[in-house]
Amino acid sequence: MSTQLSGPDPSVAEHAGWQQPQPRKGFFTDTSICIGCKACEVACKEWNGVPDDGFNLLGSSFDNTGALGASTWRHVAFIEQRDDRGDFRWLMESDVCKHCTHAACLDVCPTGALFRTEFGTVVVQDDICNGCGYCVPACPFGVIDRRIGEKDTKNVGLAQKCTLCYDRLHDGMTPACAQACPTESIQFGDLDELRERAAARLSTLHDAGVEDARLYGHDPNDGIGGAGAMFLLLDEPEVYGLPPDPVVTTRELPAMWKKAGIAALAFAVGAVASFVGSKA
Amino acid sequence: MTVVSRRRRRGGEQPMVPEAEFTSYYGRPVVKPTPWGPAIPAYMFFGGVAAGSAVLGAGADLTRRLALRRVGRLGALGAITLGFVALVDDLGRPTRFGNMLRVAKPTSPMSMGTWILTVFGPSAGLAGAAELRHLLPRRLDWLARLLGTFARPAGIASAVTAPGIATYTAVLLADTATPAWHEARLGLPFVFAGSAGSASGGLGMLATPLAEAGPARRMALGGAVLELAAQRRMEAGMGLAAEPLRQGRAGALMRTGKALTLAGAAGTLVASRHRQLAMAAGAALLAGSALARFAIFEAGQASARDPKYTVVPQRERLDQEQAHRVG
Repeated sequence: MSTQLSGPDPSVAEHAGWQQPQPRKGFFTDTSICIGCKACEVACKEWNGVPDDGFNLLGSSFDNTGALGASTWRHVAFIEQRDDRGDFRWLMESDVCKHCTHAACLDVCPTGALFRTEFGTVVVQDDICNGCGYCVPACPFGVIDRRIGEKDTKNVGLAQKCTLCYDRLHDGMTPACAQACPTESIQFGDLDELRERAAARLSTLHDAGVEDARLYGHDPNDGIGGAGAMFLLLDEPEVYGLPPDPVVTTRELPAMWKKAGIAALAFAVGAVASFVGSKA
Repeated sequence: MTVVSRRRRRGGEQPMVPEAEFTSYYGRPVVKPTPWGPAIPAYMFFGGVAAGSAVLGAGADLTRRLALRRVGRLGALGAITLGFVALVDDLGRPTRFGNMLRVAKPTSPMSMGTWILTVFGPSAGLAGAAELRHLLPRRLDWLARLLGTFARPAGIASAVTAPGIATYTAVLLADTATPAWHEARLGLPFVFAGSAGSASGGLGMLATPLAEAGPARRMALGGAVLELAAQRRMEAGMGLAAEPLRQGRAGALMRTGKALTLAGAAGTLVASRHRQLAMAAGAALLAGSALARFAIFEAGQASARDPKYTVVPQRERLDQEQAHRVG
């Protein structure tokens, strides 16, 4: 077992204790060819039996889903932009859980319900989770959430998020969203290969003069040790609602425990001093 | 068709410091606020009261202050019971609380806290129950004797784990992506340790006769000074994330809490002579500690709801790195 809290980790499943880890699986979502059809959202709901999260009109272009959450495991963002010359462009991006190399949700989970699979992905075990909700504020991307709903809603009260279709992976199948994507904006595969594919696509776009193109989540040296789900974006990450420089909170945990230890010591010394100086 | 403005600006009052310009997706949060309700800051307050009370109870036991011992032990029992109920009630599936005991994970402050609590809770409970053993019917004399035998070791066990109870909740909040909590990570354990001392000392002053309340007064004063000083230092080191601690509901709670703690601490200085003054000061310290916990909780929630606190510092960090690389 590994206690590595940050930095690159090429054998994340092995360090989680898997004796025969599979090649790490992931997504490469190329937003430059997303057409905003939301087939990924629908396919995900259908395959995983994810309940509805309200039928609202949000007034945010074609996005009436809002954000990733307990009952939204793929979310298509729509951004309408007009530049100084009045030219219009439409950005569309299908967002998903990043399946971080160093996943804060997994680190802070007190029950072990969140675990690292043999494919290097991060999955909630519904029969273990007790809905403590700690993973929710831990995630630097705001992905995971505790499901709310009526008493008979599936998995109500539990933390829920994308499983990268863990059940389908066992049968050698492609996750539902990638399977349904009509433009191959969502690509699924071995992470190493996806990284190469993403780099190649980036240079193709740069050569074609698309200077705005950039990769997100591809770098193992970033604050989360690289994502299992990376993206090709056409603007700054925050435009899409993504954090520009996410860092796994547990990277700082040793320093936090140290301060807490000193504070605990101060408390103990203060308590003893309260008695030592007092007359009985 | 509307065009999304690239830079979100706020109207209304003119701030003294220009608003940081940043981009967001329809102003929606980047990180999620925790689904925790007011039960969690309440637990953190009760945990602090319980920790300090356990220490006062054990100290009073060893120095033969029977009235302070009773207040300390019963205070610890009552506060940790209330805190525990609040904690379990806030779970999405309260009946699955036991799953917390499947694993022991140093990377999860909640897991570590649960294990500290499994030592602290029963031992504080035993010591507290021993204070009530005279209420047992005669046919349970054997139980009363048993409680009497184990009261001291149990009380000491609770006091030894108390510093952990008083401080781990700070790490629990700080070990998140919630900006106002994570940026408070180096100071928060001291604030919580001080808050625990101040609140439990306050309870001791409130409920113990003047003659025996000396240690409670000292604990209260030391705790209040630590809490206020650590808060000041913490806020100074938080950058933009300190803002929610000064604004809105969290800001109002924080200011009231600080004023009450300050008043309580001042009252402590003269509380050795007037019982009523001691009681008022103790109540003020308890209230001040509770309000500070709720303020810090609320500030975190506010900082998660506004994407500014997530995006602006990260963007600045990236820009600095880039400037460094170019320069």
